[in-house]
Amino acid sequence: MLHLILFLIFGMVCVAGAINLLVQTHPINSALSLVVVMGALAAEFLLLGAEFVAAVQVIVYAGAVMVLFVFVIMLLNAGTEEHTNGSRVALRIGIPGMLIGSVLLAWVLLTRSGTHAVPAGALPGPPKTLGWLLFHDYLLPFEITSVLVLIAIMGAVVLTARAESPRKEN
Amino acid sequence: MVPLSYYLILGGILFACGVTGFLIKRNIITIFMCIELMLNGVNLTFVAFAAQWQALAGQVFVFFVMVVAAAETAVGLAIIIAVYRTRETLNVDLVNLLKL
Repeated sequence: MLHLILFLIFGMVCVAGAINLLVQTHPINSALSLVVVMGALAAEFLLLGAEFVAAVQVIVYAGAVMVLFVFVIMLLNAGTEEHTNGSRVALRIGIPGMLIGSVLLAWVLLTRSGTHAVPAGALPGPPKTLGWLLFHDYLLPFEITSVLVLIAIMGAVVLTARAESPRKEN
Repeated sequence: MVPLSYYLILGGILFACGVTGFLIKRNIITIFMCIELMLNGVNLTFVAFAAQWQALAGQVFVFFVMVVAAAETAVGLAIIIAVYRTRETLNVDLVNLLKL
């Protein structure tokens, strides 16, 4: 029962944050509501017993990724967004589409899915087991990921590097 | 005890919010945040199914999704900065030419 109540509280925080992200017009407000969504999602992961994923969610997403977002918003001095004709059409089609899609999905999942209830902390094994899995069964994907991150770092540096300054050519 | 479908519905709602934001938002940074929201919804679904079937591999895939998302964010924000330098705008409606 407590599990369900906690799930509902954090779930409502999640959905409220996601809707606030859509309603706000200034990007910094959207970024801060996205931090709320990610924090509440970390709590949901903890409820499922995924401690490692919850910790990584807070450190990587709510920490590193969102700091990057806030940094870029401040660097580019992003202001309130202006709406154009194209976005008004998207507003009229997008929101009813989302509502219809969500209700349909919820109805199908509630009536047709033959899945059972998930108990609190249902996931087996401590983070130790997960680490063993990561460095044993999934060692090759893990190593390939490190190459991906290296390429991403180099790409970010190359893309943001300014073109040759004229002073250098003289 | 929370039914699995509740977790799936929460993940679906987050994904739908992300798709809607992707459609209605005009600021390129906010659109990028909506993509992160979609990835988060998918992650919740992954962990919920991992708990349902007692499969630890689901958590490993969430880890990989997070790494790819972090790499994508780094490159994406670099592209946004490059676009802002050449166009002086963040509105995607005004960025409609591949080459100036």
